[in-house]
Amino acid sequence: MATRIEVTGLTAYYGKFKAVSDVNLTIEPKHVTAFIGPSGCGKSTVLRTLNRMHEVLPGARVEGSVLLDGEDLYGAGMDPVNVRRTVGMVFQRPNPFPTMSIYENVIAGLKLNGIRKKALLDERVEESLRGANLWDEVKDRLNRPGAGLSGGQQQRLCIARAIAVEPQVLLMDEPCSALDPISTLAIEDLINKLKSSFTIVIVTHNMQQASRVSDSTAFFSLEKTGDPGRLVEFDKTSKIFTNPTEKRTEDYVSGRFG
Amino acid sequence: MTTEPDSSAQSAEQRGAASATVPPTDDPVGAPASGPTSTGSDQPDHDPVAFTRPAPTTTGKAAVGKADVAFKNLTRAAGLGLLALIVAIALFLVLRATHALGENDGNFLSTQEWFPNQDPPKFGVAALLFGTIVTAAIAMIIAMPVAVGIALFITVYAPRRLSSPLGYIVDLLAAVPSVVYGLWGLLVLAPHMKGIQLWLSDYLGWIPLFSADSVGRSFFVAGVVLAIMILPIVAALSREVFLQVPTAHREAALALGATRWEMIRTAVLPYGKPGVISASMLGLGRAMGETIAVALVLPASFKISWNWLEPAGNTIAANVANGWGEANDIGRGALIASGLVLFVVTMIVNIIARAIVARRRDFSGSSA
Repeated sequence: MATRIEVTGLTAYYGKFKAVSDVNLTIEPKHVTAFIGPSGCGKSTVLRTLNRMHEVLPGARVEGSVLLDGEDLYGAGMDPVNVRRTVGMVFQRPNPFPTMSIYENVIAGLKLNGIRKKALLDERVEESLRGANLWDEVKDRLNRPGAGLSGGQQQRLCIARAIAVEPQVLLMDEPCSALDPISTLAIEDLINKLKSSFTIVIVTHNMQQASRVSDSTAFFSLEKTGDPGRLVEFDKTSKIFTNPTEKRTEDYVSGRFG
Repeated sequence: MTTEPDSSAQSAEQRGAASATVPPTDDPVGAPASGPTSTGSDQPDHDPVAFTRPAPTTTGKAAVGKADVAFKNLTRAAGLGLLALIVAIALFLVLRATHALGENDGNFLSTQEWFPNQDPPKFGVAALLFGTIVTAAIAMIIAMPVAVGIALFITVYAPRRLSSPLGYIVDLLAAVPSVVYGLWGLLVLAPHMKGIQLWLSDYLGWIPLFSADSVGRSFFVAGVVLAIMILPIVAALSREVFLQVPTAHREAALALGATRWEMIRTAVLPYGKPGVISASMLGLGRAMGETIAVALVLPASFKISWNWLEPAGNTIAANVANGWGEANDIGRGALIASGLVLFVVTMIVNIIARAIVARRRDFSGSSA
């Protein structure tokens, strides 16, 4: 159930502003791919084009193609709602639904898919929470509000919510930037575990994190503020961090720029 | 592998530290109080802040303290003043009402007549209370879905070019006194209500509430006029509430594959529910307290009528408006007693609404 993503000639706009220009890369199935780069380089924008969340913002649009196992997400007749059920997403700030319990949060996506059977829901809740390494911490209080958990637990709850619908790809937009180091470690362990089932793309500002969790790394950058971001280099993570081809990549990962 | 800084922000700092032989020229403060980042040579190396800070802060604190106390007392006075006012109103109502109630020949709560000026006086609030609740309920049933629909359209569905002017217009309409809408409903809409009332009685007449021998100045018409009067304020408040729904929650629902309507049901409505309930209470209060418009619609008959399309009925507020001018001392006491009933009913409704909101306080989203 993991999927290859091929991005070709992708350019994304916010209204008239061109945020990223001409991105080409192939994301391998059951791999963790990290997007790194300075703020404003468009890495989050590219991530959001992979499940058509980019166009949710007013005035935002996309050119180019994103093939998911050969099928163009931006092809005619492709419903963004279906895309998002196939490509799940975890956001920068933990965002469990505050009006729902832990249990209801996990099944939120399943209910949208019309699954109502209690036994099946129970099963999927336990499965997803175990998958997100959260089950042992919350199994006795599934009917308590999800917003009452700690930040790290909330983020794992959001991951459980995302994987409950069994997507093929999991996008993570700086999933640890609002978390303390212990919670960050818990999420990184989880990413290692999840990559056996999902194709994972993670945006991170933390280069150590990129080197720890990812197999491939894409480095984005921009010439100056106001210019569109571009993909500078995309390669195996070990190569990017030890022997990058581009001078700019080396400057960034070694801390001389950025 | 090269040594990797923790983040880009930190890497910048490290570079700064590495080249620290050059004094930081862009230090905006440059004073000792600028904290540990200023590594000026005239300062002792160990935490200069602890030594330099106390002096200015103590004087500062004293000044802040005075203003603090003054403001606290001001707010406390306002709060206590409000409480005193409510108690005074309640006392006034009770005192003025007691005399009239003592003279009353009928049972105040169950009598469906209003003859406080005759001897012995006989009056009761039953029909008035019934009319108040029925007209307000009809108004709520009509106005709430429309108001919430308007608010959802503006906040979720309308394109941005449309949503800002629409929101502005709704806010503007909400600021217009409701009696203006009442007059419009009365003069323009009510005369054209005969058709829809006949239609309702023809097709829904098998429901007793809609059966009618003749239609006219009914609870239904009064309810519609009230609905128009409360619609703008409820819509404006609901819009405000829905605007508060964090983008993060809306995006969370969308990212799970929710359609726009599913996103509304998953993220917007549950989050906005307490606020919408508050808005509806405000609308209900207005509907129950509305005087002139209702007084002009209803025929002021003191009868509990279950045929809501037939011309019949009266409300507490309308009765006060109608009866005050010609009331004698007992009559005014009787009207005040009915006002007291309205006061109590409003309180009860509000308490119930608050209980509904509080029941799921943990899930309100206020903690997030």
